[in-house]
Amino acid sequence: MIGRDLLGIEDLERSDIERILQTAVHMGEIGAREVKKVPTLRGRTIVNLFFEPSTRTQTSFEIAGKRLSADVVNFSAVSSSLKKSESILDTARTLDAMDPDVVVVRHAVAGVPKRIADVLEAPVINAGDGAHEHPTQALLDLFTVQQEKGHIDGLTVTIVGDILHSRVARSNIYGFLKMGAEVRIAAPPPMIPPDVEVLGVKAFTSLREALEGADVVMALRIQNERLAGSYFPSIREYSATFGLDRSKLRYANEGAIVMHPGPVNRGVELSHDLADHRPSVILDQVRNGVSIRMAVLYLISGRPRKGGAS
Amino acid sequence: MSRILIRGGRVLDPASGRDEVADVLIEGGVVVQVAPGLDVPGAEIVNAKGAWVVPGFVDLHSHLREPGQEYKEDIASGGRSAVAGGFTTVACMANTHPVNDDPAMTDFILDRGRQDSPARVLPVAAATRGLAGEAMTEMSALRDAGAVAFSDDGATIMDSGVMRRVLEYSRMVDLPVIVHCEDRTLVADGVVNEGPISTRLGLPGNPAIAETVHIERDLMLAEFTGARLHVAHVSTAGGVACIRRARERGVQVTAEVTPHHLTLTDEAALGFDTNTKVAPPLRGAADVRACRQGLVDGTIDAIATDHAPHAMHEKDLEFTLAPPGMIGFETAAAVVLDLVRQGEISPLELIRRLSTNPARILGLAAGTLAVGAPADVVVLDPEHRWTYDPLKGYSKSRNSPWAGKEMIGRVLTTIVGGELVYGYEQGVLAP
Repeated sequence: MIGRDLLGIEDLERSDIERILQTAVHMGEIGAREVKKVPTLRGRTIVNLFFEPSTRTQTSFEIAGKRLSADVVNFSAVSSSLKKSESILDTARTLDAMDPDVVVVRHAVAGVPKRIADVLEAPVINAGDGAHEHPTQALLDLFTVQQEKGHIDGLTVTIVGDILHSRVARSNIYGFLKMGAEVRIAAPPPMIPPDVEVLGVKAFTSLREALEGADVVMALRIQNERLAGSYFPSIREYSATFGLDRSKLRYANEGAIVMHPGPVNRGVELSHDLADHRPSVILDQVRNGVSIRMAVLYLISGRPRKGGAS
Repeated sequence: MSRILIRGGRVLDPASGRDEVADVLIEGGVVVQVAPGLDVPGAEIVNAKGAWVVPGFVDLHSHLREPGQEYKEDIASGGRSAVAGGFTTVACMANTHPVNDDPAMTDFILDRGRQDSPARVLPVAAATRGLAGEAMTEMSALRDAGAVAFSDDGATIMDSGVMRRVLEYSRMVDLPVIVHCEDRTLVADGVVNEGPISTRLGLPGNPAIAETVHIERDLMLAEFTGARLHVAHVSTAGGVACIRRARERGVQVTAEVTPHHLTLTDEAALGFDTNTKVAPPLRGAADVRACRQGLVDGTIDAIATDHAPHAMHEKDLEFTLAPPGMIGFETAAAVVLDLVRQGEISPLELIRRLSTNPARILGLAAGTLAVGAPADVVVLDPEHRWTYDPLKGYSKSRNSPWAGKEMIGRVLTTIVGGELVYGYEQGVLAP
């Protein structure tokens, strides 16, 4: 059973993940109808508490909530009066006093959703915290691979790029390992987290070696401005060594799919042509994101608030 | 001046090597007699049966926040917290507002200490003006005003040329220079120890090498200049090894370690509790083992708290934004008694590192129960079990990783200069 909050994939059991993926199948069917709305969460309030702007994730949660008939409120802490010196916990407590049924938290610093969950009565869903976790992204990636490959067990998944700063990488590493896949990472050494083997992955600095035998290749976004010069020499060199294109993809297994959490830096992590066409499944990931978030909202918002309040 | 007889305790006096059950008579502010079976009519009796009677602890490293940040702590509250933890003397760092880089400020802190604090307060003056790491302070004048050491502490002097001159000049005033060794370019934005835990948490890592590199630099500069260097809060196996080698080749170096670096690992940060954020960060298990070993074998001379109060609203921020540091006076003794319980160090040697050695480093007439010595004495029950609640403590702040934890060992009585200043039942009594 998944807990009251969804803070990370690290905390989940395989059976929890399977339950969410199964639920997402049904949610996908709702999204395919002409009238994409069911009354399941009518009367429930979902707050998107985004301390870091993310139009894509926020929109995905909003659509997911609305398809389930919940009232979705976006609290963009970025544009509010929030200042560095104001306690995030105060903001969260203020919001909690308005009795939301679920709070979806996004923050640029690792650990904030956990700290907020510790003080809130409402269940918390982590929508991405720093370089820590982004559980719904990993779930939608697992869902997409399951759709494409029919199974996850036994697959080899290679994650390429800035693993150090990536919450998507961490959540996917936990998720794919729990579902029985082998996970590899490939990056320039400064972007490989120290002692990363503790996560259960094998690290490569040769893209070719990392791709040999891979069934799924996931490219991560490079934050150009911030990292060039300190973690790798230049975009040009990164693109030449770790950027995916059709010729490099030939090292992977035949039929390997290419994933990216978006937004893509075209010509950096992925060649233009690979970003737009099979075997990349980027838009399927986005579509599945709504189904996964519907599933998670459904499974979590049925919970009572802490302290018996409702 | 009162006359106090501490009766029936196990007297542990590292300065003389005494470890036996005896009575301690205090009169006129000094230790008058230490012997079994004393009978002194009219003396105030402190029953120490089953407890240890030890020289008061000397803390080489604390932040009392006055002047300038009295909402976190002031000399009165910090001093009260100190004696409640058995610290009869505390050295306080210079990062106040304004910075203690001027004799008038040193004088102010000493004055406040005398008026407001039950513990003796000794100012550590800045090594460079404004802690800016550029121009050295007026060390002679600061020494004459009462500064006991020089340090820029967490504002680590990165410029090796400046550090060289500071060390050279400090020889003339014959006071130690205390260094917080973390190469800031290697720390970068790191907030937890770099390693498996930073990788799991997704928080920026602060690598052990940031400390080791800087300790080695300062040891080499101390060797080159012949100055007295004191390395603050060693946290890494590499740092301990560097200091051990330097001692072997005759460098004038002393070192301290904190209770938290002796007992907690970076795993304490797994719940993102900002009370576990400290500089240098809590390290891995191998580093903790090396620090304990270094303390036991004498590579590290002293235990210092690095008592660093911060307000709740500051610690309630994001992990990256919350200020580093934890309060430590009232938990230190219980925490480090773990080394005795684990059989790693004898009670006498532990007390030496809490009291006698830090007193020696600062050249103080403390850390001893010798007849005629100022009566700074602590009665400590090493078995007493209690639950730590910072709200019931004396610090204005609550930022402790031990909040709510069960502790073993507690200070029962603290005497400073022959005056009873703290009792377990009565609380802080004076001033």
